[in-house]
Amino acid sequence: MISNPQLRTRAEAEAARLPPLLAQAEQLAGTVLLGEHGRRRAGLGDDFWQYRPVQPGDSLRMIDWRRSARSDAQFVRQREWQVAQSVMLWVDQAASMGFASTKEGVTKRDRARVLSLALSILLIRSGERVGLTGTTLPPRRGEAQILRLTEMLLTDENDDYGTPEARAMLPHARAVFLSDFLGDMDAVEAALLKAADRGVRGVIFQILDPAEESFPYEGRAIFESMGGSLSHETRKASELRQRYLDRLAKRRDRLQHLARVTGWQFGSHDTGHSAQSALLWIYRALEQKL
Amino acid sequence: MIAGLPIGFAAPWVLLGLIALPILWILLRAIPPAPIRRRFPGVALLLGLQDEDTVTDRTPWWLLLLRSLVLAAVIIGLAGPILNPTDQSKQGSNRLLVLFDGGWASASAWSERMAMVEGILDAAAHSNRLAAVVSLTEPNAPRFQPAATWKARLPGVLPNPWQPDPTLMGSFSTTLGAQDFDTIWLSDGLSNPARSGLLQVLQTHGDVRVVENRLGLMALQRPVVDGGLLRITAQRIGPALERDVTVQAHGLDPSGAAAVLASVELSFAAGEENASAELALPAELRARITRFEISGEGSAGAVALSDDSLQRREVALIAGREEREGLQLLSPLHYLRQALQPNAEVLEGPLGDLLPAKPDVVVMADVAGLAPSEEAALLKWTEAGGLLVRFAGPRLAASELARSGEHPLMPVRLRVGGRSVGGAMSWGQPKALAPFSQDSPFFGLQIPDEVRVSAQVVAQPDPSLASRVIAELSDGTPLVTRKEVGQGQVVLFHVTANAEWSGLPLSGLFVQMLDRLAVLSSADRASEDRIAGTIWQPVKVLDGFGRLEDGQTLPGVDGVELISNDLGPKLRPGLYRDGMHLLARNVIEDDNRLTAADWPNDIQVEGLSTPPSENLSGLFLGLALILLAADVLASLLVSGRFWGSRQVAAVLAVLLLPQLSEAQNATAIRDTREVVLGHILTGDRAVDKMAHAGLVGLSETLFFRTSVEPNEPAELNLETDELAFYPLLYWPISTDQPTPSPEAYAKLNTYLRSGGMILFDTRDADVARFGTASPNGRKLQRLAAPLDIPPLEVLPNDHVLTRTFYLLQDFPGRYDSRDVWVEAAPVDAVKIEGMPFRNLNDGVTPVVIGGNDWASAWAQDGRGNTMVPVGRGRAGERQRELAYRFGVNLVMHVLTGNYKSDQVHVPALLDRLGQ
Repeated sequence: MISNPQLRTRAEAEAARLPPLLAQAEQLAGTVLLGEHGRRRAGLGDDFWQYRPVQPGDSLRMIDWRRSARSDAQFVRQREWQVAQSVMLWVDQAASMGFASTKEGVTKRDRARVLSLALSILLIRSGERVGLTGTTLPPRRGEAQILRLTEMLLTDENDDYGTPEARAMLPHARAVFLSDFLGDMDAVEAALLKAADRGVRGVIFQILDPAEESFPYEGRAIFESMGGSLSHETRKASELRQRYLDRLAKRRDRLQHLARVTGWQFGSHDTGHSAQSALLWIYRALEQKL
Repeated sequence: MIAGLPIGFAAPWVLLGLIALPILWILLRAIPPAPIRRRFPGVALLLGLQDEDTVTDRTPWWLLLLRSLVLAAVIIGLAGPILNPTDQSKQGSNRLLVLFDGGWASASAWSERMAMVEGILDAAAHSNRLAAVVSLTEPNAPRFQPAATWKARLPGVLPNPWQPDPTLMGSFSTTLGAQDFDTIWLSDGLSNPARSGLLQVLQTHGDVRVVENRLGLMALQRPVVDGGLLRITAQRIGPALERDVTVQAHGLDPSGAAAVLASVELSFAAGEENASAELALPAELRARITRFEISGEGSAGAVALSDDSLQRREVALIAGREEREGLQLLSPLHYLRQALQPNAEVLEGPLGDLLPAKPDVVVMADVAGLAPSEEAALLKWTEAGGLLVRFAGPRLAASELARSGEHPLMPVRLRVGGRSVGGAMSWGQPKALAPFSQDSPFFGLQIPDEVRVSAQVVAQPDPSLASRVIAELSDGTPLVTRKEVGQGQVVLFHVTANAEWSGLPLSGLFVQMLDRLAVLSSADRASEDRIAGTIWQPVKVLDGFGRLEDGQTLPGVDGVELISNDLGPKLRPGLYRDGMHLLARNVIEDDNRLTAADWPNDIQVEGLSTPPSENLSGLFLGLALILLAADVLASLLVSGRFWGSRQVAAVLAVLLLPQLSEAQNATAIRDTREVVLGHILTGDRAVDKMAHAGLVGLSETLFFRTSVEPNEPAELNLETDELAFYPLLYWPISTDQPTPSPEAYAKLNTYLRSGGMILFDTRDADVARFGTASPNGRKLQRLAAPLDIPPLEVLPNDHVLTRTFYLLQDFPGRYDSRDVWVEAAPVDAVKIEGMPFRNLNDGVTPVVIGGNDWASAWAQDGRGNTMVPVGRGRAGERQRELAYRFGVNLVMHVLTGNYKSDQVHVPALLDRLGQ
């Protein structure tokens, strides 16, 4: 049985983690919300979008007579598309994401959480439904969903490397996969193909640490994965640099290739850079396809 | 010796370890540096990658070289390398005798001699020889012991201020026995009659090496006064080259501090053994010279102490009216003048003119009446230490002086008329002098037969007469009487100063008597008859290096022995005193000539220049340590663990910067935030505890009664703590507290000058009136001597301390003594008409000194209870209350300065005083 003070301190410690993440995400989202409105395409909605000439197949009911009377051609009035979309997030919570090469630097996991939550805030504020892949948190709308997402995003996993969750994907929904993609590529490929089969489009976003991008190590070293399941010993780490970088580039190419095949977008981000540019990129990438 | 290098090894076999170096090289090459474990998620991409270059895991060649050097340095260090090893083949016997002359003449190059002996002993220790060190000035039978033992005792061997005694050297040669030994004789280069004898004896025991200082030796003669000039003469032995030396005259400057009063250059011409120079100095300056010294020579022979011979006493001669002008030989002053002029400055004139010149002696020949003002001045001068010598004569005999009662300026009462013996109207023969008694200052002087006294004034019998007679006639009538007057004395010769009444002035005894009375300075001191029978107490004695030591503990020396005996353990060179006389016994007296030692031709005399062998192990091992430290850095570098430059800088900064005490900073912050009273830690726990409790009590009182709200009092260690934060320091005096260091005194003076106040408390009720006799008082005087304390006075009634908060006139603590001392008010402070106080507006007194044990009266424990009883009953409580009030006034005075001294407050104060 947990004594009262213990419970309370633990509860407070847990609770203390929520507001910073949320606040960070909201602040990040706030920088993007300005001037980024609408779907920019015709569809069902209330707001006027554009007039277009009548095309064969348009029913007469669709013609906007007031506009057509001013010219010889007939026009159809279109409204901006306002159908809510479902966006599903997969954020890699595995141990490898907990890596940061410097003490002051942010871990990849933190960056992924902030990015995903900020993205969720943006999407929910513009009326979309956001949830997590898998069955834990299906897409919903509303501010309350932000809190639920925050809570879910704060759970760590103990596995060394994460595998994308592609079960229970809603057909034709959007998906965002945030991970370092250093684990098993076959699982990633399988998940992506499975999602693509269900008509899901989305973004693959690779988050890496600067050290993983540059491999600044020298001398004799034993490299271990974060969970300790993998290890590799070298006598001269600097000799490995070029080959490591080659392998990393190859992996990126494969991801890019997968994305092209499945119609997804691929982006990568370095925790040494600002989160804002990354968020902007993901948001734009989603928007073009939405 | 190894390959021409002057390096030898104590344990050469250890050098075989150097063979192991190539093995180490191979081993180190095979063992790569230890890996670092790193967490790295990207390891998934590394799996299966092979190291291409298998050579790179080897230790780099420069690191290998570094480590090999470390090992080589350790091996060489352990092998005991020695610079300039002595040649083992040269030595014969297993025993070695190191013989010093050990006199003052050895002192000039003592450190070089010692360094050489150390080298010799080191070498002897390496070859396991037994050694003995003997100084010929204190010859003992040689005790052969391991050389290392002697090396440890070497610092205790010091030169003596006398030269080896030939007879002792002779007896030393008999103590050598039959053992075989080699001898190294560190000679000082001066000849000695016993030298060749001892040398022959030593040569029968083994090899003899003689070492001398090639630079020679210099000595200073006693300077002589020659026609107003000081003639300074130095002599030398050794190389006859042209050489300049400086002789300095040391003495006291007018403030009493030791100083170099004059210096003069002496130049030895090539081939000359003597050099002299003349120095003109004012008599006053000359009298202050205490010693002459050849600078840089550093031996007792290069020091000439000066005594009375450089001083000339000023003697004022005063006669009665000179009626018989022209009859010089009958003049009362003629014989005095003759006796005094060679050795003293004689002043003549009216007494009123001479006294302001402060003569050392006033001689009055047949002077009876003096004007009252002159008499008063003369009495005052005598009481201040003057010597008044009076001679009788017809006028004195005829006058009424000292007839009815004792006159202050006469040693005895005189009978009317005097007496004449051996005249036409009397019976008997003129009287001779009786031998001087032992108590007399004239004891030991030879009395010439021809001295006869035919007339004299006669002393009135008196109980004190016997003790005042210092010379008498054969029939027991006093001839010379003496009386102490204050610090001075009056001496009366019952005869005239001319040959009218006696033959005394015609004899040599007259001058000697004047000399014994210290009328004359002992200019020609050497006459044995004048010095016979006196005992001279050593005041300062010289050591072998020519430094002055206190000689008061040494026994006195007979006068004749002092000037004629050779120097030795019983007769040290130095300054000797007998009464008013000061006599110097120097190492070099007038008849001493320095002569160089003459060694036989078969003895090769070496110089002191042999470089001592030096042990280099420490150097090599230290080098190994430094290389090891470099290896640590290099290993870090190679294994990639060498951090970025920032971390290295941080580590270095932590290592190099002095550790700042967090605690001290914390106290400083606490104590500057509030008013904090401080007390000085005395080291006596009971006193410190009471002082702390007292300040706690005072702080509480201040807190409750005033707007001063002090924090917990601070305990201050004078050596380590900063004083500037504390407005008031309480310093209880205990007899055994340590005297602060000069730095601490500097800090205290800065504190006092910048407006701090120290309350000194002797805690003894000031029973002895301002620290004249009580132990705490004396301790306070010693402690406070280096402090910058202004003139003090007893706290006056109108001092601002009496009214800064409470109106007080008593300042009791546990004791109730009124004597509390503060800075004296300026003399020009005046009391304005109608005002109760003087106008004292400037300056807070930097010290308050008393003995009332205030801390005990103030002391409170943690619950506010008083800790020490004060007085009895309600009176005691009243006294404690006054003590608190004094404390409050004191703190207010410190914090507000002389604010309450402003006359603006006068009406209110008058009102409160009820006036």
